[in-house]
Amino acid sequence: MSLAARVTTLIVAVLAVVGGVIFVVAHYLLGGPPTVDFAAATSGQVNVTMQTDASSDPATVPDHPTWVSYFIKSPASGSWVHTTLFQVPAHTRVNVTILGYDGSTPVRNQVWGQVSGTTGGVADYGGKPVKTVNGWNGPYLIQHTFAIPSLNLSVPVEAGPATCTTGPCTNNQHSTTTFSFMTPAQPGAYRWQCFVPCGLSYLDGNGGPMQTFGYMTGNMQVVS
Amino acid sequence: MPAADGTVADGAGRPEPNHGLRIFLLWLPVALVADLLIWFVWGPHLPPGAMSTSAATQQSAIKIMSVMAAPVMALVLVYGAYALVVWRHREGDDEDGPPIHGNTRVSVTWIGVTSVIVLSLAVFGTVELAGPAGAGAGEGNTPIWRPSGGTPLQVQVIGQQWRWTYRYPQFGGFETTSLMLPVGENVQFNITSLDVIHSFWAYQLGVKADANPDINNVAYTKPEHTGQVQVRCAELCGLWHADMTTVGQVVSLSAFNAWTATARTQLAALTKELPPYTLTYDPNAVAQLGKVFQKAGLSGAGGGFYGSQYPVQP
Repeated sequence: MSLAARVTTLIVAVLAVVGGVIFVVAHYLLGGPPTVDFAAATSGQVNVTMQTDASSDPATVPDHPTWVSYFIKSPASGSWVHTTLFQVPAHTRVNVTILGYDGSTPVRNQVWGQVSGTTGGVADYGGKPVKTVNGWNGPYLIQHTFAIPSLNLSVPVEAGPATCTTGPCTNNQHSTTTFSFMTPAQPGAYRWQCFVPCGLSYLDGNGGPMQTFGYMTGNMQVVS
Repeated sequence: MPAADGTVADGAGRPEPNHGLRIFLLWLPVALVADLLIWFVWGPHLPPGAMSTSAATQQSAIKIMSVMAAPVMALVLVYGAYALVVWRHREGDDEDGPPIHGNTRVSVTWIGVTSVIVLSLAVFGTVELAGPAGAGAGEGNTPIWRPSGGTPLQVQVIGQQWRWTYRYPQFGGFETTSLMLPVGENVQFNITSLDVIHSFWAYQLGVKADANPDINNVAYTKPEHTGQVQVRCAELCGLWHADMTTVGQVVSLSAFNAWTATARTQLAALTKELPPYTLTYDPNAVAQLGKVFQKAGLSGAGGGFYGSQYPVQP
C-alpha cells in the first residue's frame, strides 16, 4: 500500500472514530424524550396525569408506534407529551391519575399486585380504594404498574375497558387509577418503571418498550 | 570472561560476587515484611470482610493466596531492581557479558518451586470451593456441601427486571422486597429468576450466585454479625441493571422473629394471591394465568407468554 493510501486510511479511520464519539455524545445529550415540568407546586401539591396506550399514532410516535407507551399531560399546555420524564418538587405530595387505555396483561410476579408506598397504602380504581389486586384472577385486571423502587412505591394500573391503539387517546373508554405519594426531600433522579413484562414481540415481554425511555420506564426528577 | 580455573571475573578482573546469594538476602526480608503486612495489617480489611462464615472463609482464602503470591512478586521486583543497579552499563565498559548456555540447577529450582506453588494453590482453591468458602457462590440445585446443624433458614431470592424480592417459605411463604436475616443462623438462599439472567450479590455476606430462570441455585451462608448488607445484581441484565440494588439487614434472632411475625400479618392478603411456593416459577405453568387470559380474551399475549406468531426479537 502506498504512503498516500495509508495516510488516507488513517485519516478516514480517525474521522470515523471521532464522528462516532460525537454522535454518541450528542445523541446522549440532545436525544431522548422531553421532560414535563411539574415543579410549580400549588399548596404543596402537584397533579400528574398520565395515560397508557397499547400503541400510538405514528404521527405522534414515529419511532415505535407499535410499542405500548405512557404519555404525560403537560400542566402548561394541557397537551399529551410522549415522554416518561417528569420533574416535581422535593417533599411534595404528588397526586397521580393514570388513564388506562390498554387491555389486560397479567403481572409475572403477583407481588406487584400489591399497592405500596402511596398515601394511605391504597390506590383508587374508579374511586374504589384497592390495596391488593389479583392481576391473575380479578375481580380487577391490571395492565401495567407504576413503580419507583427506591421509594418502595408500586401501584398496579387497572386495565381499560377497551384497547386504544392510537395514543394519545382522548375518548372515555379508559380506566382511571389514582393515588398519591410524597416526593423525597433529597433531590435527584428517581427511576420508575412498569413491572409487567409488556414488550409485545420481545422475548418474554422484556426489551423494547420495557427498556426505553418514553415508553414503559423513565425518571422522576426531584428538584429542591 | 571465564578464567582458566572456571571462576568468572568482571571487566576489571575482580571475581564476580555471588549474585544469587545477594538477591536472596535482599528478597528474604522484603518477602517476610510483605507477608506479615498482608496477614496482619491488610488481611483483616480484604474483601468481602468477615460478616458471615462464607465471607470470612473467602477473606481467609484471599489472604492465603496473597501470602503465597507476594514472595514471588517480591522476587521479580528485587531481581529487577538488583539488575538495574548492579548490571547497569558503566562508562568505558563495552565488553560483552559471558555467554550463558543454561543453568540446570536454576531451571530445575525455578520450575520445581513455581510448580509446587501453582499446584498447591490449585488444590487449595478446589478444596475451598467444595466447602463453606465456595458455598456462597451457588452450588446449583444439588449442592455438594451443606451446613451441619439442622435445617437452615430458607430464603428464596427472586430476580426480575429490575428488583429483588424475597420469599420466606418457613413463615407462610410471604414475599417482600426486604431482605432480613437473623445473626448466628445458617441461611439457605434458593435463587432463581423470572426473566433474564441476574446474579444475586450480597457483598458483605460473601454470597454471589447466578439467578437463572427455571433454575434453583442454592447458596449458603451464616451471618456472624449484625449490620447492613449491600445487595446488587452482578450480571448485566438490562437498562436498570446498575439500579437493581437493595440494602438488607442482619438482626438479632428475636428481632428477626418479630419482623417475620409482622410481615406475615401485614402481607397476608398478598400471600393468598401468590402462587404456591416452588423452587422455580415457570410463568407458563402457573394455572391462574389461564384464567386471566380467558377473562381478558387473550390468546397468549401478555405477561411475556406470547405465541409463536410473534418473533423472538424483531
